[in-house]
Amino acid sequence: MSGAGNREAVFPTRMTLGVMKGKLKGAQQGHSLLKRKSEALTKRFRDITQRIDDAKRKMGRVMQTAAFSLAEVQYATGDNISYQVSESVQKARFQVKAKQENVSGVYLPTFESHINEDINDFKLTGLGRGGQQVQRAKLVYTKAVETLVELASLQTAFIILDEVIKVTNRRVNAIEHVIIPRTENTISYINSELDELDREEFYRLKKVQEKKQENAAAAEIEEKLKKASDLEKEKASQKKHDLLPATTEENVLLEQNAAEDLDKKVKGDDDLLKDDEEDVIF
Amino acid sequence: MSAEAMAKRSLLAAIADEDSVTGLLLAGVGQVSNEAGKETNFLTVIPGKTSTDDIEEAFDRFTSKRDDIAILLINQHLADLIRYKVDNYTAAFPAILEIPSKDHPYDPEKDSILKKVRRLFGE
Repeated sequence: MSGAGNREAVFPTRMTLGVMKGKLKGAQQGHSLLKRKSEALTKRFRDITQRIDDAKRKMGRVMQTAAFSLAEVQYATGDNISYQVSESVQKARFQVKAKQENVSGVYLPTFESHINEDINDFKLTGLGRGGQQVQRAKLVYTKAVETLVELASLQTAFIILDEVIKVTNRRVNAIEHVIIPRTENTISYINSELDELDREEFYRLKKVQEKKQENAAAAEIEEKLKKASDLEKEKASQKKHDLLPATTEENVLLEQNAAEDLDKKVKGDDDLLKDDEEDVIF
Repeated sequence: MSAEAMAKRSLLAAIADEDSVTGLLLAGVGQVSNEAGKETNFLTVIPGKTSTDDIEEAFDRFTSKRDDIAILLINQHLADLIRYKVDNYTAAFPAILEIPSKDHPYDPEKDSILKKVRRLFGE
């Protein structure tokens, strides 16, 4: 998945490199933030699961007590009051209100029991017999339902947190295993491409420099030769001036030898000299 | 989940046997109205008289059709009859709570939420 070919389709320029580096930094920061969020949520989540476990067990006990009090009612009233109760129901006395609680940016609903004391549908229930038991059962069941409401809010929080944690972890993993490697790949691709360009440029400059140096060296040699030949010309002409008045055979011969020596020294450098030499002597 | 939608949900609903329903009604959770589809917020399950289809229908009515129910209480032994529905139910609202009944003690092993908890912690 995170092979060398996995990178964004961008043009390798210095500007894109800057953009990519910014992106990588942002991704890393986002990753650490999300990871922390996920950890905070998980901590909360574990806390809630623990409480759910306890509350479920507590609910078992509470409901048992409640069922017992109902049995007492049935014993006291003698007849089956279920029918009477279900017939006299009008409006809900026991209601819940949903509230929101904010945990690291996640809104968790919590239910709150809300009892409207004005509503009493069971005024006549148990009027004949067992009124006290009915009242007691009412109280016990109200308590039991309150426990149930508490448990329900825990459970709702559990479901929502579960979902949010999944989403957060998915994001964390996506950043860690997809976005960051891809951005890094893109950065290394841009870097290698820029290096390649650099090398090309360097090589080109080197080539240009070489050419320039070659030209310069050639020019220098030419200059030297020119100077040398000039010097020779001067010398030769001076010697002629000096020696001509003597005009002895020997002197001429000597002169010729000297010229040949000089010729030997410079020989091999250029053809120009040879022409010069002949000019000089004769 | 918007706050208004949540504020509307203020009732508890129940699918339970006769005794549990009586108790819950005594606590005052019952609401009866003339509105269509919202006649009662409780279903009394009488063995031999109420079929599984009825329970399923009530479950759907309380969970998806009605928008004023915050918590659905269901007896665990009745939840077992429609276990696939309860286990596949993932929405946060209304919350589904499995409660024990007089004749069927509470078994944490079967509870859909506790099952999820155990699965999460790999037990």
